[in-house]
Amino acid sequence: MDAKEKISVIQELAYELKVGEVMKKEVITVSPNNLIADLREILRDNRISGTPVVDKGKLVGIISLEDFIKCLLDGEMEIPVSQKMTQSIQTLYEDEPLIHAINKFEKLNYGRFPVVARENGKLVGIITKGDIIHGLLQRLEHEYYEEEIKRLRASHFFEDIIADESRIILQYNIVGNDFKRAGESSSRLKKTLTRLGIRPQVIRRLAIASYEAEMNIVIFTSQGKIIANIQPRQIKLSVIDSGPGIPDVEQAMQPGFSTAPDWIREMGFGAGMGLVNIKKCADKFSINSKVGQGTQIEIIINLE
Amino acid sequence: MKLRELKEILEAEILTDTSGLEIEVKMACGADLMSDVLSFTKARALLLTGLTNSQVIRTAEISDIKAICFVRGKKPPPETIDMAKEKNIPLLVTNLPMYESCGRLYQKGLPGCSEIEE
Repeated sequence: MDAKEKISVIQELAYELKVGEVMKKEVITVSPNNLIADLREILRDNRISGTPVVDKGKLVGIISLEDFIKCLLDGEMEIPVSQKMTQSIQTLYEDEPLIHAINKFEKLNYGRFPVVARENGKLVGIITKGDIIHGLLQRLEHEYYEEEIKRLRASHFFEDIIADESRIILQYNIVGNDFKRAGESSSRLKKTLTRLGIRPQVIRRLAIASYEAEMNIVIFTSQGKIIANIQPRQIKLSVIDSGPGIPDVEQAMQPGFSTAPDWIREMGFGAGMGLVNIKKCADKFSINSKVGQGTQIEIIINLE
Repeated sequence: MKLRELKEILEAEILTDTSGLEIEVKMACGADLMSDVLSFTKARALLLTGLTNSQVIRTAEISDIKAICFVRGKKPPPETIDMAKEKNIPLLVTNLPMYESCGRLYQKGLPGCSEIEE
């Protein structure tokens, strides 16, 4: 990538932030009739190195520490500020992007710029390089903090998606007869749902249903898939296999009815509770099976 | 009940990191049928079981079981222990049989899953 095309986060922020957002709003000002001698205390007490000169609410000039030192050397302490101030003042508008301020500082090498409102030219603030750095850092910290929050709790995930309808589809492919890996997909699904910020009670029901269904695929078929369709208000879980199918679905739904082989039972499964458990976890449950073609289970769990 | 106390009551041995002994369980269930575990346990429970295959760990993970205690002195194979470590589920093993393990814990006030509202 060309260096010019790379825009850093700071640059991005400099375009995003407005001068008005980082400027100091409380401005110490002096009147054109103030004496140069008065500046000594004003600059020292407020720890500033320059200040705008305002006459009846109107910005008429700017006077800096440098001007003060010059007067001190020349012994011109008892003359009014109006005689020594810079009159051709450079200002910034409060609604200008910060990048304009940065460019102006670079070009003119001034210590500060008064900030005025575009509509009436009234002084609304003052900005120094220090204010710019402070503003950028503050925004960076804020964005970092937001990012952290998002990482910790993504429950507003769907709120962040702007669309009339939104859904996330997660598909897990299950290998049949592989008892060692059985349950891995449900475990991965559970982790993902947790990251999406779904409520733990909902996740638990979904994970249990998915796990039982995954065990069925592993025990009875050579392959299948689990598809979770996540929507803002509900999660639909579809479990599809191309296995032998169930000859009598009604019988299979009876608690305790099982056709699982002994080795599966020794593992603590195949007790004829799988389908019953899946149904128990669901708000809506449907099963469709054809011998020789496979079985499809679909459950819906409401998120509210 | 903290696992540390539970370990004393069951005269059990811990198979995973001892830091797991600070974990607290709210209730317990004893089962060898994983479907029953999935169906009847609630979150933050202890599972007492005689099964030692890795599916026990997966079942625990799926149903938010906090810890597992193997009864009748059955030590699980290394793959089961490895999976438990990976998923941060402490494992204990006791020489007591299932009935006595459950009895001792119940007597000491650890309730069953049906007695706790989730």
